[in-house]
Amino acid sequence: MSRDLIIQAIVSGILMGLIYALVAVGLSLIFGLMEIVNFAHGEFLMLAMFAAFWFWALAGLDPLLSLPFVAAILALAGVVVHFGIIRPLLKAPMLAQVCGTFGLAVALRAMAQFLWTPDFRTITNPWIAGRVQIGGIFIGQPQLMAGAICLLSFVALWLFVTRTETGLGLQATAQDRQAAAVMGIPTERMFALGWAIGLGCVGVAGTLLSTFFYIFPDVGVNFALLAFVTVALGGFGSILGSLVAGLLIGLVESLGGLLLDPSYKTVIVFGLYLAVVIVRPNGLFGRF
Amino acid sequence: MSMLLDVKGVTKRYGGLTANADITFDVNQGEILGIIGPNGAGKSTLFDLITGFQPLDAGRVFFDGHEITGMRPDRIASRGVARTFQKLKPFPDLTVTENVIVGALVRTGDMKQARDHALEALAFTDLLEKRNHFARELSTGQRKRLELARGLAMKPRMILMDEVTGGVDQRTIPGLVDLVLELKRQGVTIVTIEHNMQVMMRISDRILALYAGRRIAFGKPEDVRQDPAVVDAYLGTTTHAA
Amino acid sequence: MASDRARMLEAARSERLWPRPPLWAIGLGIAGAAFLLAYPFLFKTPFSHHLMILILLYALMAQSWNVVAGLSGQISLGHAIFFGIGAYSSTVLFIKFGITPWIGLLVGMAISALAAIAIGVPTLRLRGHYFAIATLLIGSSVQIIVQRWDWVGAASGLYIPINRTSPWYYLQFHTSKVPYYYLALGAAALAYLVVWRIQRSRFGFRLQALRDEPDAAASLGIAVARHKVMAFMISAAMMSVAGTFYGQYVLVLDPERLLSADISIFVLLMTVLGGSGTLFGPALGAAILIPLSEYSRIWFGGTGRTIDLIIYGLLILAVCIWRPSGILSLFEERIRRRGGRTS
Repeated sequence: MSRDLIIQAIVSGILMGLIYALVAVGLSLIFGLMEIVNFAHGEFLMLAMFAAFWFWALAGLDPLLSLPFVAAILALAGVVVHFGIIRPLLKAPMLAQVCGTFGLAVALRAMAQFLWTPDFRTITNPWIAGRVQIGGIFIGQPQLMAGAICLLSFVALWLFVTRTETGLGLQATAQDRQAAAVMGIPTERMFALGWAIGLGCVGVAGTLLSTFFYIFPDVGVNFALLAFVTVALGGFGSILGSLVAGLLIGLVESLGGLLLDPSYKTVIVFGLYLAVVIVRPNGLFGRF
Repeated sequence: MSMLLDVKGVTKRYGGLTANADITFDVNQGEILGIIGPNGAGKSTLFDLITGFQPLDAGRVFFDGHEITGMRPDRIASRGVARTFQKLKPFPDLTVTENVIVGALVRTGDMKQARDHALEALAFTDLLEKRNHFARELSTGQRKRLELARGLAMKPRMILMDEVTGGVDQRTIPGLVDLVLELKRQGVTIVTIEHNMQVMMRISDRILALYAGRRIAFGKPEDVRQDPAVVDAYLGTTTHAA
Repeated sequence: MASDRARMLEAARSERLWPRPPLWAIGLGIAGAAFLLAYPFLFKTPFSHHLMILILLYALMAQSWNVVAGLSGQISLGHAIFFGIGAYSSTVLFIKFGITPWIGLLVGMAISALAAIAIGVPTLRLRGHYFAIATLLIGSSVQIIVQRWDWVGAASGLYIPINRTSPWYYLQFHTSKVPYYYLALGAAALAYLVVWRIQRSRFGFRLQALRDEPDAAASLGIAVARHKVMAFMISAAMMSVAGTFYGQYVLVLDPERLLSADISIFVLLMTVLGGSGTLFGPALGAAILIPLSEYSRIWFGGTGRTIDLIIYGLLILAVCIWRPSGILSLFEERIRRRGGRTS
């Protein structure tokens, strides 16, 4: 096993990990706010990827250009989902909450398959393409760009949540929604904002993924599983946790695939999930 | 009188906060022990530690001569220790009778017998009329009585009551007090956390006073009431018994 | 006052122990049972037999999910695992060692129960969402592992060799589906009887208690963790029976189908739709959704499966938003409100 291969695996693991982290942070935020696990998270990622694809295929927009649009569309979808689906579900027992978003996931996946067929699609000539060579290592430029934008998004999110008044309102609602409401922080609006940000992040991640990943209706399934593990590992409600955990998962997946059988990736990740939730139920960083 | 519950040096810490610090007391068979203290004094935590819902950091608990420190809550319950919760926990999707049957099932595996014991407990707490209603439909006062009935159907030797008169209509308090006294007459040992000083002074055989996680007084009501530490902690909140 | 209470107590004690459904419901039940018994003689086509066999099979599987999720509140999103264990156990034992599927059935149940313990002990003490995620991950992992495990046929699966002698020994019937029908009916009836008994037992009451309020349950002497695992085991064993039966029915084991998320989704949907925690909810859900599924496949061909799933997904969502306790919950609740009144 050459040193270069290992470094290659580490680098690509980190870059993928940044994407996992951005996907996971949305999930984490939503759960931190209202204790609902969005089982349809992966499907929204898939929709974002398709949105970027169609912007490219039909309007010729490079994903980097359509990024703000896709993010905005997903954020809007988040608000709609909150008011249309989540608000009633919050009053229902846990069985209904789990099965509700699960049902949404099934429906979205099937709808995508119905509308766009199970065919794999790619964006064939994005602006940022090709590879960069550093020493004996090759890094895809789209992956590099994706990693950079993910990191930027994290910084932006962190600043928003910790430095702005609205962001602090989010934190307050997540920690104690009744106390926050008493202090004039509108719970409903915070929830909707949480969904908007959560799915907005997914929108960004999805657009970035579309520049180098296959796009197909079931693509969200595996990402969702990885996102669940990432959030469990990082701690529901923690932004920093999602980042660290995402990087860890990316590394484990990449190195695991290199050193062991790549087709057992899910099994390895599952083992990690189990180890984490049993040993440290609150994850690495617990709440915000 | 023989000692039924023996609590020695019980301590519980949460990070930097000490919820219970080295608390020692005992409860005799057939008596009513009242536990008083301001909010945050550690009363409910003490219940959790005794009944196994939280692990202790130090100390030991003995029930009926046997050590129950660190036992699982269901094992402690099977030994005859019932408890109610401050935040009421009725089984919402079961009827009132079914709720109480769950309690009765501690003592018997026969469903008919369990049902009959449940009905007795419901008669005792005056809930027979509502017996086929679903628990989620009850008022707060009725839910308190349901929790009590559920615990009583266990035919416990001792019952720990957490704020039985809390949050209920003033008019229903005398009825609840009568229930508690009747329980004592039937030989059940009672430990009760209470805010209502009048009730406390009236029914308790002994009182344990807690403040900031520590025991500041323990003894007969008259003595505790005049204890300078208690007066100090409660300045302005003690009322004379009617 | 006290004598009023005494009289009320006496009246209450003399009531029936278990509430009785209204007469019309009992009548409907008897008619339904008669219909099921006579079905193969009322409808003669292989397709109508196949349809009903599937309904009965799924009614059994949905009831299995009902035990773990409806009665004890643990949401399993990967229940197909036990279906697969049942199918593979009996098939592998038969193909490799020539053991009759009847024994294979029992072995499958045992292995499923053990798997339930292995999975359940570490995961059932997690909070509901964490457990659901864990089952999702395990379901996915098991499918991946089986698809790469040569001893059980890997991705190409297993074929049960056709044997036309001794159909009852080999559990293969080639001239007619009718024996399969009665076997399915028998298995489903047995499962429903078991759940009916559980609902009226100390075990069943304790499960429902820990489902709603685990702390209160513990304070009432219920060993919460142990009961959850037991419910999971029972559920797994039931699911396994369905798996063994299905293997013998189609004679082909395809891990893509057998361990797929679709099965986990179907049993979940049927129970939630029909009424989780009720006795006949799972059966109602199966009776509604299987014909829907089969007919949409006929009408829409290949895309039928996709349209199915769109409808199912939206249906689960709608039920969870508007009537989370399902169709029959209202009915069974009304019965319980009547209590043991003899009138």
